[in-house]
Amino acid sequence: MTPSSLPRTSDRAVGEGPGGAGRIEPKRLTHLQRLEAESIHIMREVVAQAEKPVMLYSIGKDSSVMLRLALKAFSPGMPPFPFLHVDTTWKFRDMYAFRDATAREHGLELFVHINEEGVKQGINPFTHGSAVHTDVMKTQSLKQALDKYGFDAAFGGARRDEERSRAKERVFSFRSAQHRWDPKNQRPELWRLYNARKQKGESMRIFPLSNWTELDVWQYIYLEQIPIVPLYFAKERPVVERDGTLIMVDDDRMPLEPGEQPMMKKVRFRTLGCYPLTGAIESDADTLESIVNEMLLARTSERQGRVIDHDQSASMEKKKQEGYF
Amino acid sequence: MAVTSAAPETLAEYLRANEHARLLRFVTCGSVDDGKSTLIGRLLYEAGFLFDDQREALESDSRKIGTQGGNLDFALLLDGLAAEREQGITIDVAYRYFQTKRRKFIVADTPGHEQYTRNMVTGASTADCAVLLLDARKGVLTQTRRHTYIASLLGVRHVAMAVNKLDLVDYSESRFRELEAECRRLAQQLGIEDITAIPVSALHGDNVVARSSNTTWYEGATLLEYLENVEIDEDRMQTAPFRLPIQWVNRPDAEFRGFSGLISSGTITPGERVIALPSRRESTVARIVTYDGDLDRAVSGQSVTLTLTDEIDISRGEVLATPREPPGVGEQFEATIVWMAEEPMLRGRNYLMRVGTSLVGATIAPLKYKLDVHTLKRIAAEKLELNEIGVCEIELDRSIPFDPYRENRDMGGFILIDRITSNTVGAGMLNFELRRSDNVHWQTIDIDKAAHARLKGHRPCVLWMTGLSGAGKSTIANLLERKLHTLGCHTYLLDGDNIRHGLNKDLGFTDADRVENIRRIAEVSKLMVDAGLIVITSFISPFRSERRMARALLEEGEFIEVFVDTPLRVAEARDPKSLYAKARRGEIRNFTGIDSPYEPPEAAEVHIDTTEISAEQAAETLVDELRRRGVLQPD
Ligand SMILES: Nc1nc2c(ncn2[C@@H]2O[C@H](COP(=O)(O)OP(=O)(O)O)[C@@H](O)[C@H]2O)c(=O)[nH]1
Repeated sequence: MTPSSLPRTSDRAVGEGPGGAGRIEPKRLTHLQRLEAESIHIMREVVAQAEKPVMLYSIGKDSSVMLRLALKAFSPGMPPFPFLHVDTTWKFRDMYAFRDATAREHGLELFVHINEEGVKQGINPFTHGSAVHTDVMKTQSLKQALDKYGFDAAFGGARRDEERSRAKERVFSFRSAQHRWDPKNQRPELWRLYNARKQKGESMRIFPLSNWTELDVWQYIYLEQIPIVPLYFAKERPVVERDGTLIMVDDDRMPLEPGEQPMMKKVRFRTLGCYPLTGAIESDADTLESIVNEMLLARTSERQGRVIDHDQSASMEKKKQEGYF
Repeated sequence: MAVTSAAPETLAEYLRANEHARLLRFVTCGSVDDGKSTLIGRLLYEAGFLFDDQREALESDSRKIGTQGGNLDFALLLDGLAAEREQGITIDVAYRYFQTKRRKFIVADTPGHEQYTRNMVTGASTADCAVLLLDARKGVLTQTRRHTYIASLLGVRHVAMAVNKLDLVDYSESRFRELEAECRRLAQQLGIEDITAIPVSALHGDNVVARSSNTTWYEGATLLEYLENVEIDEDRMQTAPFRLPIQWVNRPDAEFRGFSGLISSGTITPGERVIALPSRRESTVARIVTYDGDLDRAVSGQSVTLTLTDEIDISRGEVLATPREPPGVGEQFEATIVWMAEEPMLRGRNYLMRVGTSLVGATIAPLKYKLDVHTLKRIAAEKLELNEIGVCEIELDRSIPFDPYRENRDMGGFILIDRITSNTVGAGMLNFELRRSDNVHWQTIDIDKAAHARLKGHRPCVLWMTGLSGAGKSTIANLLERKLHTLGCHTYLLDGDNIRHGLNKDLGFTDADRVENIRRIAEVSKLMVDAGLIVITSFISPFRSERRMARALLEEGEFIEVFVDTPLRVAEARDPKSLYAKARRGEIRNFTGIDSPYEPPEAAEVHIDTTEISAEQAAETLVDELRRRGVLQPD
């Protein structure tokens, strides 16, 4: 099958009814069409209600889907907000290349923020561990960037199906002036009504993909032919195995243990982050179709590839309270 | 049937089937320990929507903190926040996802305790159907009544009663039938048309996904079969009148102006007439613009951008509809409100209200009653506390387009926002408009003279009294105004007192100033006639040309010249303010009748000879005259 865009479903008029009057067959929207419409509705609400929104662009597949939805929401115009990449400086090289190409292709206004303080201190995932690295280069850095530009609403690509603690997350999620998330004090969200009013200093994280599952995301990428970073496709790559996780040696900043030798393996990534913290999986899936196929047969949910989650149970919840996205 | 258990299928086959998968949202609710978590956990598990690591976590957690001995404790799949896990209860709405070939499901999982009414309301607000849990041993409890009531209140049209723990009543058919009948009675009482009871054991999996051999007497659908077939509300909404609440006006450049929003109900095609409410501007749909190209039809549930053939100025908050079936426009409603904040809802308080894409101020009128959620009895109340449900009147600071909530959730559902904290403190449903004008759809009108007059109940006009000083103009004018006022007319009396001291205090009594004086009075009278009033002027206005000028400013029939005819000698004899005497002494210059002429009207509408009739009679004559002319309704 050659997908071009979401299927336009049965939209034909059917025969004459008993009374002789022609009847139009209902147009049955598919679940992806409904999800798409919902995400677009959310984005438009933010633009209508917030003062200075920004879309966090983390280069992964969810960001790619979110970008496509933003292009759809404001077409024929461009999304009326800038994009922000919080750069930990440890992303895969392919990701940087993809980011710059994407921004160029669509003419996006893209801000890149790096926590220079952290860079000066030489924070890195090897000597400081994933927890400190993530906190300084991601959590703190995001806060810095939002404060620096005065953004009051930041779109993020997180989904409720990703992790247990996210199941109760709101679409419009409030953060105190200190960017803290208070799980006990979130606003009820009913119908399609979102309340974006806030006190001075408070900000919102907006999750337009809240109701999407990982499978929805892949299926949408497939049907819409959305470009994604090549790292999602299997290819021979140099990796080392650490604590049962395959880590790609993406550049020479990666310190090798004595006797450790990068080996070439056909691997791909189900999620993308900082390369030293992102586990690869062995795979032969080198086309979108084969990825979706593998996904359908997959028995491991995507967060397993993220090293940070192994730290402690319910760690994500802790991180969120501290302001991690 | 389940995604991951679909073994040798090719991708193409899978996608072809799945491409048409529809979306169903449902809410689940049950009292603590009815087995809701176990049931949902099993649905997820059996629909094959657990990943290996989730399954492993489930297995290890079941061993560590499970309550099922060695068996899987599905309830553990569902807990989210760490604090809740320790307390062993869920306290907020959690959203779960699973999928079969036919449908993708979004489950709003809500805890059952009474104090969490707001959570169930939240979960039910977007649900196509509700799955309510019942313990077969305990039967229909007050909790069940409450959950069913909330489902009905929030417009959930289909309710499945999962009669759980059937294993503990030996899969007894008679017990199930008994409960089924009870559920039916409850549904009838609460106005739910479609209720389906399903005998299940969440723990053992009977009739959850697969048909159970323990209940051979049951021929109905399993829970999953039910969920795969129950009506999706969005389909029903396609046949309702077209409504597009405008979210955002898309103006990327000077050429393009599109109106963006999610179609709430109905369908639309290019070429159809549309009307924007409340502005009542009309136009025709030119294009349905999407990123993927123009559509030749759009239906409820789609996010679109419409362009119109005319350049009309409409904005966020308005609703596009068809002129044939427009929504109502109103500002006073009866509403049902669910309170969601610690601080109670108080009467007379003003909140912000978000309804559709409008944000308006809303004042809460006294509560009519609140509901006892146990007995569903109506009780008198002054305020609404957290998790209470009440019915009250609300008044908005401007008109909004609306449909009753029963007909359209987007057009009749609202949230209340505290003006100070900005928190969402309540949610509500518009039941009906209080002025009962929901069937009156106004034609496009400017609020013109006729519109003003319609409200007043009489036609506007000017009674222009002219006559010498001391002729009796003011006395008659005052009496007349009093009479008209008691008749409910909207009047205004212009006389020397209120004009000479204000508007015209820069004018003297030269001929030029007299002309200007009358010109200004004539213009003011005209404005007042525009405003719909009966204007009575009481000035000497001695010159014909000025009176003609005043007459010319007004429309045919609006200018009624009243000649208060008193001969000079009679007026001079009355001389109430001793003005004639002063004039005769030369202390006042240009005094009409003495050293300035009075030009009597040649064809006044009314001629009053004050030597013949009293002031009282004169006023009466004028009222009759207004009736005769149709300014006032006939007696
Ligand atoms: N025998 C039996 N026990 C059940 C069934 N469903 C749930 N339970 C048990 O009832 C208890 C409460 O279940 P749980 O799912 O946590 O209830 P919740 O509070 O409604 O989420 C647990 O011990 C379950 O194992 C059932 O169908 N049969």
